[in-house]
Amino acid sequence: MDQELDRNEIERLYNLKAKERMQIERQPMPEQEPDVRRANFSEVPFGYFPMAAIVEANRCIQCKKPTCVIGCPVGVNIPGFVRRIAEGDFEGAIHVIKETNMLPAICGRVCPQEQQCEEACVLAKKGQAVAIGRLERFAADWEREHGLADVPPIGADTGKSVGVVGSGPAGLTVAIDLRRAGHAVTIYEALHLPGGVLMYGIPEFRLPKAIVNAEVDVVQQMGVDIEYNTIIGQIETVDELLDRHDAVFLGTGAGLPWFMDLPGENLCGVYSANEYLTRCNLMRAYDFPNYDTPIAASERIAVVGGGNVAMDVARTAVRLGAEEVYLIYRRSEAEMPARLEEIHHAKQEGVILKLLHNPVRYIGDEQGRVCQVECVRMELGEPDASGRRRPVVVEGSEHTIDVDTVVVAIGNGPNPLVPRTTDNLEVDPKRGTVVTNLNTMRTSKRGVFAGGDIAVGAATVILAMGHGRQAARSINHFLATGVWDIDELPEAFRENGAG
Amino acid sequence: MNEILENVVLADSVNRYLVAAPKIAARRKAGQFVIVRIDEFGERIPLTIADADPEQGTITLVVQAVGKSTAQMATLKPGDRLLDVVGPLGAPTHIERVGTVAVVAGGIGIAPAHPVAQAFKQAGNTVIAILGARSKNLLIMEDEMRRAADEVIVCTDDGSYGCPGLVTHVLNDLIDTRGKPDQVFAVGPVPMMKYVSLLTREYGIPTMVSLNPIMMDGTGMCGGCRVTIGGHTKFACVEGPDFDGHLVDFDELMQRQAFYKEQERVAYERYVQRCRSQEHIAQANQSL
Ligand SMILES: Cc1cc2nc3c(=O)[nH]c(=O)nc-3n(C[C@H](O)[C@H](O)[C@H](O)COP(=O)(O)OP(=O)(O)OC[C@H]3O[C@@H](n4cnc5c(N)ncnc54)[C@H](O)[C@@H]3O)c2cc1C
Ligand SMILES: Cc1cc2nc3c(=O)[nH]c(=O)nc-3n(C[C@H](O)[C@H](O)[C@H](O)COP(=O)(O)OP(=O)(O)OC[C@H]3O[C@@H](n4cnc5c(N)ncnc54)[C@H](O)[C@@H]3O)c2cc1C
Ligand code: SF4
Ligand code: SF4
Ligand code: FES
Repeated sequence: MDQELDRNEIERLYNLKAKERMQIERQPMPEQEPDVRRANFSEVPFGYFPMAAIVEANRCIQCKKPTCVIGCPVGVNIPGFVRRIAEGDFEGAIHVIKETNMLPAICGRVCPQEQQCEEACVLAKKGQAVAIGRLERFAADWEREHGLADVPPIGADTGKSVGVVGSGPAGLTVAIDLRRAGHAVTIYEALHLPGGVLMYGIPEFRLPKAIVNAEVDVVQQMGVDIEYNTIIGQIETVDELLDRHDAVFLGTGAGLPWFMDLPGENLCGVYSANEYLTRCNLMRAYDFPNYDTPIAASERIAVVGGGNVAMDVARTAVRLGAEEVYLIYRRSEAEMPARLEEIHHAKQEGVILKLLHNPVRYIGDEQGRVCQVECVRMELGEPDASGRRRPVVVEGSEHTIDVDTVVVAIGNGPNPLVPRTTDNLEVDPKRGTVVTNLNTMRTSKRGVFAGGDIAVGAATVILAMGHGRQAARSINHFLATGVWDIDELPEAFRENGAG
Repeated sequence: MNEILENVVLADSVNRYLVAAPKIAARRKAGQFVIVRIDEFGERIPLTIADADPEQGTITLVVQAVGKSTAQMATLKPGDRLLDVVGPLGAPTHIERVGTVAVVAGGIGIAPAHPVAQAFKQAGNTVIAILGARSKNLLIMEDEMRRAADEVIVCTDDGSYGCPGLVTHVLNDLIDTRGKPDQVFAVGPVPMMKYVSLLTREYGIPTMVSLNPIMMDGTGMCGGCRVTIGGHTKFACVEGPDFDGHLVDFDELMQRQAFYKEQERVAYERYVQRCRSQEHIAQANQSL
């Protein structure tokens, strides 16, 4: 599929003046037609062809003070890698990205770019930011498809070992960096597959599992040991891990599903988003009965919530064959926390947005199966603490919608299992997060570090990855010096990579 | 790890498995369970740890074949491996010295009742076990229970063994003739646990039941196992599986257990058909 690169065209583009560059249109990414993709779980966008990537990369005016980099939580050298793509040097591009971002094929797909790097791009003001995410994805895919993804070099054996709890993006990243520094690393994972939310939560049509597996392969090739089916807090405690390891990293994520405490919420056919997505992604219920795990065969399904998770559920339900998929959200479309691209995709696929609606109870039939959701309509009032206008109930607006399935996708809290079973580990009583110094990634317990969703509550893949990197530096410092009581990492340990 | 060392038929469609799982064997406490996935295509099925031998590094599972996965499990032979075994899961049964404990177990529930009876006994209680089965050929683990408890009363629905009738009758008789036990622990089919709890509520006897809602991850991540306890939602896999029987919404539990009936039927029938056609092929090959 590698298109011949047109060297003359590359040359011509390369010599454009800034003004001319700014006239190039943002390059669209080809994708499956809505009618086609409604019926399959394959990835929706196909990714850029090489020449489109080069044209897109040429839109970047190589700012002296690149604001885009500030918008990226891990500070990817964006002009640096984009310039290499513009030159047709894709291998060079991926090397620049990987200096700071270990999971570019994943981040290029799932980062909320329009709130991060792309929002901060100078061209964003005209609504035409450089498609940084798509370019990042392009470079990473190109590397993988050409079999060039190399295993990072491993440092000389330090004789130290670290236990990592959880194999989500935080755990995988910390493991890679610690191996680079020469420590022995064991990951303990509760489920039978690695990747955390990347594997069980985010659907295949947004993040192919082959990509997650490729990243995990790298981790394993580096000599990281992954013990599956190992739930820390049940089979062993963190204290026991500390007997065996010199340090422990907690990357257990935010996997506790919230419900709304509404009447009828435990009726049959009312799912949490986690359950619905896990059945489908991890357990492959979409391929039932080839796979044993069942999922509701829904005709009319209501998804409650307005974030990425709700979009993933709604679009999964479409693919599972539901005829009507309602997305019930209590504010208006402008306030939806989901990525614009996902909302757009969901609408294209026929998801019906019930905006300014809120469920108040679920009604069941004589078998205890949900058959209706009772909603109220909402109005937007004064702005609340989040700056968004607070939704208020319209009196007397109760009405019912006929459904056979409901999925509650209003968010997740940190999984309490590890906090509950670990002595002297300070936990934020309100949010359930493990109290973590975000500079050193230290917890209140000596030798125990944390990062990702367990430290900050449900956030993003790139943030979890950034935490993982920072924690690795801090663990390197701790293992080298034995010094625990610091609030900030010394200069020498702030470098990327092995530290 | 996860190797099946023994697979013995205990009664009609009930098998006992000895599985190599050293870490779990060393760790588990009465009332805890594992989640098993048989193969690549398998679902995650929860099974109580009926016994464990920390020295040999084995756990015992007693499983009734009720559908596709459990029927498939019954075909496994010593030397085969379960793909995944994760545990120990759930909170251990709360064991205290209270005096006399009636452990009431029905059908396959006798398997999970066994370690609980052992633990109550070890804590210094007098343990009376009431075991119920539909009929004699379905009764399991009577000998083990006789070793674990001070006294065992057996009853069968059809009167083919022990006293005729249901465990609730036996428990009621026991209370009438010998006074109230200090505590009841009940495990078995949901209707049985429901009626035991209704009975003991009348007498004001503290009662624990072990619930078995449909589970998936067993880590508190999906909420599929939620049950209503005294009007509050609990996740049975981490906050249970034991709960105060007087507070459980048993009817909701029964409905939730039946949610996938149709799919379960499809999966089972397909499985049986496949087994048959494989047998056909094997026979055909043999006759060639
Ligand atoms: C449906 C969905 C869609 C999302 N979409 C996006 C998106 O588009 N873009 C984006 O940036 N972010 C998205 N997110 C958020 C993002 O996935 C998370 O912020 C990120 O995965 C957090 O990483 P983590 O490593 O902290 O934890 P997780 O990915 O949650 O991984 C934690 C791991 O720890 C394991 N674990 C938990 N407890 C234990 C224990 N006691 N013992 C052993 N192992 C344990 C878990 O099984 C899991 O594998 C989405 C989240 C969901 C749920
Ligand atoms: C904590 C706990 C401990 C258990 N211990 C034992 C035990 O020691 N021995 C034993 O024989 N059985 C036990 N069970 C029940 C056992 O898990 C189910 O019988 C088994 O999952 C059925 O799978 P199947 O494919 O063979 O049957 P299916 O045809 O899939 O289901 C038959 C019935 O089993 C129940 N069931 C189905 N899937 C699940 C699931 N994932 N989780 C829970 N229940 C399910 C449903 O009520 C269903 O109607 C336990 C269940 C729980 C929750
Ligand atoms: S990691 Fe995410 S935020 Fe950073 S440059 Fe890449 S896509 Fe943008
Ligand atoms: S801000 Fe935009 S134009 Fe400027 S360097 Fe970054 S990507 Fe390029
Ligand atoms: S089985 Fe998923 S939360 Fe209990």
